[in-house]
Amino acid sequence: MVQATLSSNWVRMTTRVLTMSLLAFAIFGPITNMLLWAVAEVWYFPYKLPLEYGFSFWERVFRPEGNATEALFSSIWIALLTVVVSLAIAIPAGYALARGKMPFRYLIMLLFLLPQAFPAVAVHMNVARIFYGLDLTGTVMGVVLVHASQGLVFAVWIATAAFAAVDGELEAAARNMGAGRWRTFIDVTLPLALPGIMASAIFVFLISMDEFTGTYFVGAPDVVTLPMLLFTSSMEGNYQIASISSLILLVPSVGFMLFIERFLKADVLAKVGS
Amino acid sequence: MSGQSMSVGPGRMGAILLVAPALLMIGFLFVYPFGYSVVSAFTDNGEGSWHIANFTKAVEFYSKDILFTIVIVSLSTVIIGILAVAIAGYLTLGENKTAVAILKWLYRWPLFIPFIVSAQLMRTFLAKNGMMNNILTSSGIIEPLAAQSYLDWRGIVITFVWKQTPFVALLVAGAMASIDRTTIDAGRIFGASRLRILIELVVPQIATTLMVGLILSYVVMLSVLSVPLMINAQSPTMLTVDMAWRINSYGDYGVANALGIMSYLFTGVVAWFYLRQSLKDKGA
Repeated sequence: MVQATLSSNWVRMTTRVLTMSLLAFAIFGPITNMLLWAVAEVWYFPYKLPLEYGFSFWERVFRPEGNATEALFSSIWIALLTVVVSLAIAIPAGYALARGKMPFRYLIMLLFLLPQAFPAVAVHMNVARIFYGLDLTGTVMGVVLVHASQGLVFAVWIATAAFAAVDGELEAAARNMGAGRWRTFIDVTLPLALPGIMASAIFVFLISMDEFTGTYFVGAPDVVTLPMLLFTSSMEGNYQIASISSLILLVPSVGFMLFIERFLKADVLAKVGS
Repeated sequence: MSGQSMSVGPGRMGAILLVAPALLMIGFLFVYPFGYSVVSAFTDNGEGSWHIANFTKAVEFYSKDILFTIVIVSLSTVIIGILAVAIAGYLTLGENKTAVAILKWLYRWPLFIPFIVSAQLMRTFLAKNGMMNNILTSSGIIEPLAAQSYLDWRGIVITFVWKQTPFVALLVAGAMASIDRTTIDAGRIFGASRLRILIELVVPQIATTLMVGLILSYVVMLSVLSVPLMINAQSPTMLTVDMAWRINSYGDYGVANALGIMSYLFTGVVAWFYLRQSLKDKGA
């Protein structure tokens, strides 16, 4: 009897370890493969591991005029502009949706969700066609607009939640003490909502950094962001450069995963989408 | 309370003015191009009148890809659903604290990895001489000569499942954490196995969350261009690749938009099922 429970415990333990190892391999295997490619100098079939390791590809792409440096800077520049455009639109909208007497509030909130609810490719190829008539294709501004439209639902919804989480009595107190509407907003409401606004800025920044489809239709071949560089080098079979670009794109994403909880507090999170 | 917060907020006119830029943006960058795509699908290619020639051409050329897209996306959705419930279920019902902690740390990794990076990871991992085959042959599970590339429909499904399962699992685990524990405990007292508790007691209570997560994933998979483009762009492939090809190689917006309308319909069917179900739930 004791023997039987012991052996069944042992079987359970082994299954658990095996399942976890398999899962770990499934999740980290592809990532490891990319890391190997990022430091491989020479690697071809049928060798299971790179024949030479080194950083000559890193040196090549990170030279001041190297293509990765250029793509990285244009990605960051576009992402920053996208954040500015999105926040300039989302902060007033979020404030109005959280505090104002808004007719059809629920429908308006849903409207911002629409771009996520339809397959993006079909919409983006027509955006590219419309932009062509406006001389916006192949320009940074065109790409920024497409990225901002992708991020708008997150920007508006999180900003709305952030303003809704601000205690209305503090604003009322400021008003009672004679502060004007604008003064109350700048000195009381906005600082209190700032962590939530920061979270939405980070969200939008990452969406822009990782965006591919819109850039592919609107920006290519003139605007080369990091995802575009990743794509073209991968299609040309240059796995080192594709893997190095992947690695650069992973850094902000993983950092986001580790730090988002600091910005997106539970009280704001609970109000997202409501 | 609400009276006070209203007195500090903008009035009706002010609120509308503050939201106007956001609405204009959605109008210009989504509603207008969306309408454009519908008109283009029914009119483009020289003739000024309304016609369905683009659709007949799209079906004639791409019927195989239409089917292929539906199969890939449906299969991926089903696998994601099963894996997400398994992961979230173990996080909720697992008795071994170490295993639960490891799983919790492990499963989230792909969540914030961009699609294009996932596609590149899988492009190397699943290739004929990729790490997966290397490990399988080195450990003697398959013969070196039997190693084959998975960069076809299987690669697309694997990449979608790898990338989207953590998202659905995260939502479902959150829902499972907030359900009433007494039913679970009751099930335990009556000696039901954990699998039975999961399927018969837990899953029905989180079905709506699971459905929302799966629908969002389904739409995302129908929209992603980078994954099919990088994993398998040869025929048969997904509609997103066909749309890009139609435009970049032929400038043929008519057929591309006809394919686009079909992809709207695929999401429309799912949205309709979802709405019908949630109306039923509310009626019951």
